[in-house]
Amino acid sequence: MTERTLRGKVAIIGIGETPYYKHGKSPDPEFVLALKAILAACADAGIDPRRVDGFASYSNDRNEPSRLAAALGLPELRFSNMMWGGGGGGGAGAVGNAAAAVAAGMADCVVVYRALAQGQFQRFGAAAPGGVASGEVALNAPYGVMSPAQRFAMRAMRFIHENRIRPGAQRAIALACYAHAQRNPRAVMHGKPLTAEAYDAARWIVEPWRLYDCCMENDGAAALIIVPAERARDFPHKPAYLLGSVQGSEFRNGARGHNAPLYATSSFTTLAPRLYAMAKVKPSDVDVLQCYENFTGGVLMSLVEHGFFAAEEANDFLVPENLMAPSGKLPLNTSGGNLAECYMHGLELQIEAVRQLRGQSTAQVPDPHVSMVVSGPMVTPVSSMILGSGETL
Amino acid sequence: MTSATYLRPGLPIPVPENDGLDAPYWEAARRGVLMVQRCNACGTWQWGPEWICHKCHSFDVGWQPVKGRGKIYSWERPWHPVHPALKEQGPYIVVLVELPHVGGIRMLGNLLGDPKQAVCIGAEVEVVFEPHDDAKPAYTLVQWRHPAG
Repeated sequence: MTERTLRGKVAIIGIGETPYYKHGKSPDPEFVLALKAILAACADAGIDPRRVDGFASYSNDRNEPSRLAAALGLPELRFSNMMWGGGGGGGAGAVGNAAAAVAAGMADCVVVYRALAQGQFQRFGAAAPGGVASGEVALNAPYGVMSPAQRFAMRAMRFIHENRIRPGAQRAIALACYAHAQRNPRAVMHGKPLTAEAYDAARWIVEPWRLYDCCMENDGAAALIIVPAERARDFPHKPAYLLGSVQGSEFRNGARGHNAPLYATSSFTTLAPRLYAMAKVKPSDVDVLQCYENFTGGVLMSLVEHGFFAAEEANDFLVPENLMAPSGKLPLNTSGGNLAECYMHGLELQIEAVRQLRGQSTAQVPDPHVSMVVSGPMVTPVSSMILGSGETL
Repeated sequence: MTSATYLRPGLPIPVPENDGLDAPYWEAARRGVLMVQRCNACGTWQWGPEWICHKCHSFDVGWQPVKGRGKIYSWERPWHPVHPALKEQGPYIVVLVELPHVGGIRMLGNLLGDPKQAVCIGAEVEVVFEPHDDAKPAYTLVQWRHPAG
């Protein structure tokens, strides 16, 4: 029996983004942002957009595949897919879903996309006034637990308590993201460097997170294109092959009212071993990592769960120099990520992972072959993926 | 406490789900009783509420009053108000309380008292019922405080 795997079956051959804006500042409606990112990805891939035959997204993206297909005049729509769950948990998962469709022969050229215009629609970090709440919300909102930061801070607080994490560990993550953004002219926080002193002096959002522990909210759109591996060399850029893709979460992670048995995690404990098994790589093989920062504490737990260091090593490992490109032990969020490039709901991380393999990053790691992305820590389901150069196949 | 409720009024009003799943919890809280789920078939404690026992898959999941004592499992202190009702609130404390005598289930609430107090994971807390009689519909929140003495 042949091995059931996505390893080496598909490749990302096109990437596209709109300019990134502060939230509410997009001059374009959200649907236009989605179209522009998709067309940019097609241009990058050197293809006629009419070759696209499928779409995958996540987090209840509002821009439906059928409308996109009609707007773009696609001859045929062969695959449309929405990954369940909120936050950025589906960023890598949507790539995996698209990859599965391509590998199985359901479609030949699938776009993964995400678009956000928060002036047109509501922000994530603000709650609507008044009204009634039921179900899970009724167990949270009356206590003032409404925003994502408020919903997840207690997971990180428990982890910090259990593992005696010092404030410098979360700070190092924020500093690395901001430092990388200073080298990236596309980054919303380009030209706005962050110092350790400014981090420490920033106001609390919700303890244990200060202002710079929390992601931005932004407007923009991003898209990437997935084709079968056997066609991957027909396009202008070096292909980024998918080596592994996982999604899901742990035993009863979704138990209501904060009753996940493994509470002090970012939801990856069962996923990470499956990811490395499919990709046939080890944590030490990873040359560069993009890890979704909703909040720095989520990154911290994700790094532990993906085996980059043990929880008791976190205070020693998490210093800025270890996380910096080009020479850090684990270059992290080399475009600036959600904290400092753009909160494109994490899809900018997938694009940066591809750029690294092409040698096009503004904070380039020398000759990387294994490029990893972790999406949406602490939500459920979450997802992560590993891309590889042609040499890894 | 200077006001009748820990947080200022105007937050979303909790109501039972429209399928009735958690109605026994909210009705019991109105009466000053802490009620959680326990499977009638296998005895497993369960929270939040669900239609089926996660252990044995019996649909015969009952409700049982429990002693309102527990330990702080985790906590947070929000400072940045995300809701209009909390604009003038200032910081407040949310605790996640583990009930070791009830299968280790966890319940959320505010920790009453000084909102700037130090919070200690593992500290014992007891339940306080906080009625919101003027809300429409009226409801009662399960809250927590350090035991007197």
